[in-house]
Amino acid sequence: MSLAKRIIPCLDVDNGRVVKGVKFVDIRDAGDPVEVARRYDREGADEITFLDITATHDNRDTIVHVVEQVASEVFIPLTVGGGIRKLEDIRCMLNAGADKVGINSAAVFNPEFVKQAAEKFGSQCIVVAIDAKKVSLVGEPDRWEIFTHGGRKETGIDAIEWAIKMVDYGAGEILLTSMDRDGTKIGFDLELTRAVSEAVAVPIIASGGVGNLEHLADGVIKGKADAVLAASIFHFAEYSVEEAKQHMRDKGIEVRL
Amino acid sequence: MSSVAVIDYGMGNLHSIAKALQHASPEVDVRVVSDKQSILAADRVVFPGVGAIRDCMHALQTAELVEVIAQVADSKPLLGVCLGMQALLSSSEENGGTDCLNLIPGKVIHFEKDLQDEQGQRLKIPHMGWNKVQQHAHPLWQDIAQDSRFYFVHSYYALPDESDAIAATTEYPEAFACALAKDNVFAVQFHPEKSQAVGLQLLKNFLHWDGQS
Repeated sequence: MSLAKRIIPCLDVDNGRVVKGVKFVDIRDAGDPVEVARRYDREGADEITFLDITATHDNRDTIVHVVEQVASEVFIPLTVGGGIRKLEDIRCMLNAGADKVGINSAAVFNPEFVKQAAEKFGSQCIVVAIDAKKVSLVGEPDRWEIFTHGGRKETGIDAIEWAIKMVDYGAGEILLTSMDRDGTKIGFDLELTRAVSEAVAVPIIASGGVGNLEHLADGVIKGKADAVLAASIFHFAEYSVEEAKQHMRDKGIEVRL
Repeated sequence: MSSVAVIDYGMGNLHSIAKALQHASPEVDVRVVSDKQSILAADRVVFPGVGAIRDCMHALQTAELVEVIAQVADSKPLLGVCLGMQALLSSSEENGGTDCLNLIPGKVIHFEKDLQDEQGQRLKIPHMGWNKVQQHAHPLWQDIAQDSRFYFVHSYYALPDESDAIAATTEYPEAFACALAKDNVFAVQFHPEKSQAVGLQLLKNFLHWDGQS
């Protein structure tokens, strides 16, 4: 078997700049998104994800422009998430050069949107982003629920049931973020990742909590993720994508090097 | 200046492939076109596609392109990509069975459910990501290392009637035909436009191919 596990650097884009909120600290500027994307491509990133964190209507043009520029010189899959609410938003991103779109809150408010999107554009470009938080108490069986609005709003929806439903509705991939771990640098929620990965047939991208290269390997080996996503460890040049891949290969994981 | 037509029949994102072709060979005139005359006037033709096969065949019929693609397949270098490869076969089992263009005899079938790798880990469908491609001799593999990784995303794959038509295979977990070749027609299941340097090299090779194998 030779399908490689993927490493996906994520660029949080705010007003045309790459930013990353570090817990309890102001948002840090990590550069020009086109420059950063070029660097990741050179280092061997398997895909690049852009998260439009402002995602207001006024700023839509900014991210479209970024995607257009990156797509004309970086020839690997590009995903755009943040503020995808209408079929028109998807068409706009695909036309700009994105290969996939991430749908998050809009899927929760209107699950039929995922179905319509998959029918119109194909499951291969529909990534459903799930933000999950552990809600079970100590001693209870593990249970996670999905949250919207950057983890602030609870929905009461079980994360695993939701993942199964979204795949049934046409999601081609699941981007799974642990809200408990996001920004903490203590590693993925491996139980959550494994539970969702085993529950659905489509690939799972693990996200939230990466602080070192061992965490990436754990996501694949223990979490059974098909791809691992990380932001800050790559932005601030703590590690290069290439180093991350070498580490994963040393752990016996199939990677593209 | 040589020209390449990328067929626009309303299926999927053609910008990526047009941009990649232009990047691979800046001197080539790349046109995204939907009318018969423009397609037949180009020196080479790329037939892309994503989505479901029934919509694809329906779109080709609506645009009256079925006969045009057959003419191209008879006369000049043609590159099918992803769904554009699957559509070249005789039929697909997708959408409850769909007749295709029948330019390469064979069928398109779904990966088996509950596939596992040798460690017993479940293999996900769609087959998505970078996988190794085992080439058979063909000019389009020029300057591309054996076992190079290309980017795939698909749930169905081609099963040609004649093994001579296989130009490359990939394992998931069994070997399947990820590239087909017949005379001046070449087709790939993976996305060369998303496969970084090796993908661009394949596109460049196509843009300089005379259609002889």
